[in-house]
Amino acid sequence: MARIEAEVGKPQGGFVKWIDDRFPMTATLKYHVTEYYASKNFNWRYIFGVLAFVVLVIQLLTGIFLTMNYKPAAADAFASVEYIMRDVEWGWLIRYMHSTGASFFFVVVYLHMFRAMLYGSYKKPRELIWLIGMLIFFVLMAEGFAGYLLPWGQMSYWGAQVIISLFGAIPWVGEAIVEIIRGDYSISDITLNRFFALHVIVLPLALIGLVFVHIVALHEVGSNNPDGIDIKKNKDANGKPLDGVAFHPYHTSKDLVGIIVFLMIFSGVVFFAPDMGGMFLEHANFEPANLTATPEHIAPVWYYTPYYAILRAVPDKLWGFILFAMAVVLPVFLPWLDRCRVRSIRYRGWMYKTALSVFVVTFISLGWLGLQPATGTYVLLARIFSVLYFAFFLLMPFYTAMDKTKPVPDRVVYHA
Amino acid sequence: MLKLKTAASLMALGLCLVATQGMAAGGGTQLEKADIDPDNKSSLQRGARNFMNYCSGCHSAQYVRYNTIGKYLGLSEEQLIDNLMFNAEKTFETIRATMPTDDAARWYGVAPPDLSLMARAKGADYVFNFLKGFYVSESSPTGVDNLVLAGTSMPHVLWELQGYQTANFSTHNNDDGSVEKTFEGFEVLSAGSMDAEDYDEFVRDTVNFLAYIAEPIRSDRRKLGVWVLMYLIFFFILASMLKKQIWKDVN
Repeated sequence: MARIEAEVGKPQGGFVKWIDDRFPMTATLKYHVTEYYASKNFNWRYIFGVLAFVVLVIQLLTGIFLTMNYKPAAADAFASVEYIMRDVEWGWLIRYMHSTGASFFFVVVYLHMFRAMLYGSYKKPRELIWLIGMLIFFVLMAEGFAGYLLPWGQMSYWGAQVIISLFGAIPWVGEAIVEIIRGDYSISDITLNRFFALHVIVLPLALIGLVFVHIVALHEVGSNNPDGIDIKKNKDANGKPLDGVAFHPYHTSKDLVGIIVFLMIFSGVVFFAPDMGGMFLEHANFEPANLTATPEHIAPVWYYTPYYAILRAVPDKLWGFILFAMAVVLPVFLPWLDRCRVRSIRYRGWMYKTALSVFVVTFISLGWLGLQPATGTYVLLARIFSVLYFAFFLLMPFYTAMDKTKPVPDRVVYHA
Repeated sequence: MLKLKTAASLMALGLCLVATQGMAAGGGTQLEKADIDPDNKSSLQRGARNFMNYCSGCHSAQYVRYNTIGKYLGLSEEQLIDNLMFNAEKTFETIRATMPTDDAARWYGVAPPDLSLMARAKGADYVFNFLKGFYVSESSPTGVDNLVLAGTSMPHVLWELQGYQTANFSTHNNDDGSVEKTFEGFEVLSAGSMDAEDYDEFVRDTVNFLAYIAEPIRSDRRKLGVWVLMYLIFFFILASMLKKQIWKDVN
């Protein structure tokens, strides 16, 4: 009797069970980590999603420490950044990590999107993942733009001036929109304050929320693979996909290697070339914002320049803005523009392969052209590449439907 | 498969291309290389002396503290106070200009810019060429103009050292009727106390110092970077072994 009494109220199954009775901890870990099966034949192009997450964490952590020392006021902002660079302990490292992280965020996200285009990762049933991803991309563009104003350098100021004034091209409501964005009749202390609020609260919150939804949607349908095969069609007796391995410990241990390689490149920039010759930190931004002196040559940071080149290629302000906006938004429709029944480029015909290759060259060329002054040959080239950019998307329903495809195997191609 | 690799390498190539282009972009005129040596401490010490003697009268370096310089250049507190601090009392103070900024703005039409970040904003080569590029110009209120920054309000502060020079231009009539001026070279008008070689060295030291104060952490970050990369290489080996071990039963 005494023994039984002693056991009353004693938890069965320990602390984990106590939690699991109140919160689905073990079930969640199983579903998303230890029993989430993804194809074993992922190649190196599958690292960029994880890397985007790593960069997000870097940006959030360094961002927190930057806000502790940064002053969002037109009179103090520039000096406070120099204070971080010179007087705050390890401030230079935190700041360089953050500024380098901004550029690497786009490098990684662009490559992540390119991976999706290579292997048809946006195709059914993953359309929603692609849409959420595009939303993440838009928020990221806004986040980068708001963040770039904060150091209050010459390029911060004049770059923002150029981009914000674009909205003025919208008929009737344009000027009102511009005023709402600026909160003033010109870019001022007020603009800096609201951009700070957007950069450190609104947009990061949206980003975190969207990334969460992106991953939940991915885990619902499962990851694609370089063969574009549905691995859930071939399962063993336990219901585990034959071509899949668990996210943990298989993909985590593999991703770790990729993350370290990424960190080497990242550190290479942070420690040896933090301004990347004016690409990541523009030279003119080492001068404080001067409202009376326009810099010789205003160019947005490299990650916006493909779209900026399209904008400048159009002689008309309104149409320039429309095409600029269309260029940014068009990829949203990829899942429906692409009529090919085969996902992976491995089994697609020459038409899509050619189109995608031309598109890559087009995108990089536009990015380069956006950094050059808008004169003569540069404008002509920008116009040619703009046409190619739109042709890739608008002609896609035709060439993807006509393209001859190769037979897709039943199981993924994997060499251990 | 070949196409895939081509596409990927094209992308990488494009990124490199964009990066180098960004580095090459600069001023319109051909600039002589400053050829500074950031690791040469004695050059930096001479540069600091030059800066305090010739620049800090009008220009501030408002983000730079004396003790930061002292620590990096290996100068004691006494050496700092005796040799470099002409208008400051405590070593933690930042470098202020002797001349009041408001007066300067009235006298010159524009206040002399702060020099903390000048070498980073304009590039060391630019500053090097600017300091060598003053030439006699009758129409200018200061009597001189500058090849790199035409119409500058800055007088030729270093005239005692460099002397005065004139600039030769050849004119060329374009087809559209406009006249194009091409710089052909300088000609010494009156010699200064230094010969051309010594003056180059003087300017080089000064620019070296300006490049240093633009980013005092530069050499520290490079040293630390080597350690970080070594750590990551070691970590990479461990992680690769771990991955291999975990994946050995996957076939």
